[in-house]
Amino acid sequence: MNDQNEKSKVNYVQVEQSEQFQQFMNKRKKFIVPYTIFFLVFYFLLPICTSYTSFLNTPAIGDISWVWIFAFAQFVMTFVLCTVYVKKAGALDKEADQIIKNQVQKGGAA
Amino acid sequence: MNLTYFLFFICIIVCTLIITYWAAKRSNTTNRFYTASGSLTGLQNGLAISGDFISAASFLGIVGTIAIHGYDGFLYSVGFLVSYLVVMFLIAEPVHNLGKYSLADVICFRFKSSTLRSIIAFGTLMISFLYMVPQLVASGLLLRLLLDIDYSISVMVIGGLMTIYVVFGGMIATSWVQIVKTVVLLSGTFLLSLIVLSRFHWNPSAIITEVIHQSPLREQFFMPGKLLQSPIELISLQLALLLGTAGLPHILIRFFTVRNTKEVRRSILSAVWVIGLFYLITLILGFGAITLIGYDRLVAADATGNLAAPLLAKELGGDFLLAFISAIAFTTIVAVVAGLVISATTAFSHDIYHHIIKKGGASEEEQLRAARLTALGIGLISTIFALRMENMNVTFLVSLTFTVAASSNFPVLLLTIYWKRFNPAGAIAGMITGLIASLACLILGPHIMNSAGGWIATDPLFPLYNPGIVAIPIGFISAIIGSLLFRKSSQANEEEMTEFFIKAQTGIDIRGKEM
Repeated sequence: MNDQNEKSKVNYVQVEQSEQFQQFMNKRKKFIVPYTIFFLVFYFLLPICTSYTSFLNTPAIGDISWVWIFAFAQFVMTFVLCTVYVKKAGALDKEADQIIKNQVQKGGAA
Repeated sequence: MNLTYFLFFICIIVCTLIITYWAAKRSNTTNRFYTASGSLTGLQNGLAISGDFISAASFLGIVGTIAIHGYDGFLYSVGFLVSYLVVMFLIAEPVHNLGKYSLADVICFRFKSSTLRSIIAFGTLMISFLYMVPQLVASGLLLRLLLDIDYSISVMVIGGLMTIYVVFGGMIATSWVQIVKTVVLLSGTFLLSLIVLSRFHWNPSAIITEVIHQSPLREQFFMPGKLLQSPIELISLQLALLLGTAGLPHILIRFFTVRNTKEVRRSILSAVWVIGLFYLITLILGFGAITLIGYDRLVAADATGNLAAPLLAKELGGDFLLAFISAIAFTTIVAVVAGLVISATTAFSHDIYHHIIKKGGASEEEQLRAARLTALGIGLISTIFALRMENMNVTFLVSLTFTVAASSNFPVLLLTIYWKRFNPAGAIAGMITGLIASLACLILGPHIMNSAGGWIATDPLFPLYNPGIVAIPIGFISAIIGSLLFRKSSQANEEEMTEFFIKAQTGIDIRGKEM
C-alpha cells in the first residue's frame, strides 16, 4: 500500500487523455465488444431455438440432426474465437508496451 | 482390493508425493507458495487449468448423463467450454494485471476497503467448501463402490493427500499434480474412446444406429429436452454455466501463476483445446456406455449413471482397464480438491490474516507459516465434514457452485473492471446480495425442499432446480443499485481510478513491487 505515494508521480489522467492511449483502447474495444456480443447471441440461440422451435430436430447429414451440428458449432466457435483473440490481443501488446514506455515512465508528460 | 488396483493407486500416490517433495524445497517464499512466482509457461498453466476445472463430476457425471439422457447431457459440456470465452475476452487479462495472490486483491486494488476484502474472502471460502466437501463425499462413495474399501478410509486418504500437497508444496505442487492429472486423464479416456470406436469398426453411423436400438429413448436420444424439459430451466442452467467459470476463485488465481498477459492468453487457448477435446471424448464414451453396457445395467449399477465410465472400462478391458480408469478418477479428484484447498488457503491466510488481522504487516515468515497452517486447517475441516456426510445426497451442490460464483463474484468482478461509476458500496451490496440470493434460491428450491425425499420435506417455495436466471440478475442489479444509492458518500479519487483502468488494460509494473 505504501508505494501508492511514489506511484502518484505519474500523471495517469494525462496518460489516459493521451492520443496514444485512446487509440489503444479504441482498438481493443473494436474487437472485444463485437465478438463478445456475437458469442453471447450464438450461445443462447441454441437453447432458445431448441426450446421454442423444432426446426433443429430435422436431419442434416444422414442421421445427424441440426441440433448436433449447432452444438458442435459452439465448440468450433470457442476454438476459433480464442485463436482470434490471441492473435488480435497479441498484436496490441507492442502498443501497450509503447504506452508504458512513452507515457508512464516519463510521468505522463509526453 | 486386488493387486492390479493396488499397484495403480500406489503408483499415483507415490508420483504425486515425489512432485510434492520436489516442490516443497521450492515453495519457500509467499510468492512461490501462492503463485509459483509466476513461473509456469502458458501450456503448463493451460494443462493445470484443465486439471483444476475437470472434476470427477465432469468426467463420470457427464459420461453417465449422456448415456442416459442423450443430447441434454452434452449441453453441460457446451456450457463449460463456451464459458472460457467470457474468461478470455473479459476477465483473464485484467485479473492477471491487477491481482497479486487472491481474487480480493483484484477488486481491492480499486476499492481499498477491508470490509469488502473480508466479504470477498468469505465468499471464496464458502464457494471452495461448497465445491470441495461434496467432491470428497462423492469420491468416498465412488472408491467404496469401485474398490470396496471403507468410506471413511477413502475420504481420509483423499483429504490427507490434498492437504499434504498444499501444506508442503503450495501452488507449485498443486499445479504439477493438476498437470499430471490432465495428461493421464486425457490419454486414458482417449484410449478408451479408441477402443469404443474400434468395436464399431470406426463407423459413426453404426454407433448411432446401435444407440437408437439400445436406449429406451429410441430416436429421441438425439433430440433436446429429455433432461431439461422446461425452457426456463434450460436457459437458466446455460446462463450459470456460461458466467460461473469467470467467478470461480480457484480458476481465477491460476492467472497469477504465469509471467505476462501473453502467457495468460496461451494458458486459456491450451485449456480450451484440452477441455474441448476431453468433452468430445466423453461424448464417445457416453455413446459407448449405452451401446456396449445397455440401459438396464447402467441404471442398475447407479441410478444417476455415475458408474458408466468405469463399467465401460471393465466391459472393454476387464479388470486391468477398470483399475486404470479408477486410478484416473482418483487422480482427477485429488487434483481438483487440491486446487480448492489452495484457493481457500489464499483467501484466509493472505486476505484475512495478512491484510485484515495484521493490517498488511505480517512478515514473510509469518505469512508463510500462516499459509501452511491454514491449508492444514482447511484440509482437516473439509475432511471432517465429508466424513460426517456419508449418507447425505450432496452431489447437486457441485453444479450449483457455478450459480453461486456467477451471481456473487462475477457481477462484482466485471463491474469493478469495466464500470467507472462502480463504488465500494455497490461491490459490497453485490457480493452479499448475490451470495444470499443464490443460496436462498438453493435452500428454498426443489433440491432441498422437496416433499419426495428432500432434506426439508415440504413443497419447494422456489420452483427452479437451476436458480441462475433469478440469482444472477439479482447480483448484478444489487451491485448497480448499491453504487447509485451511495454515489455521494464514496467520492473516488479520479487519479487513482484512472490509474486502475490503465493498469487493468495495459498491465504496467504488475509484479515488480511488493505490497
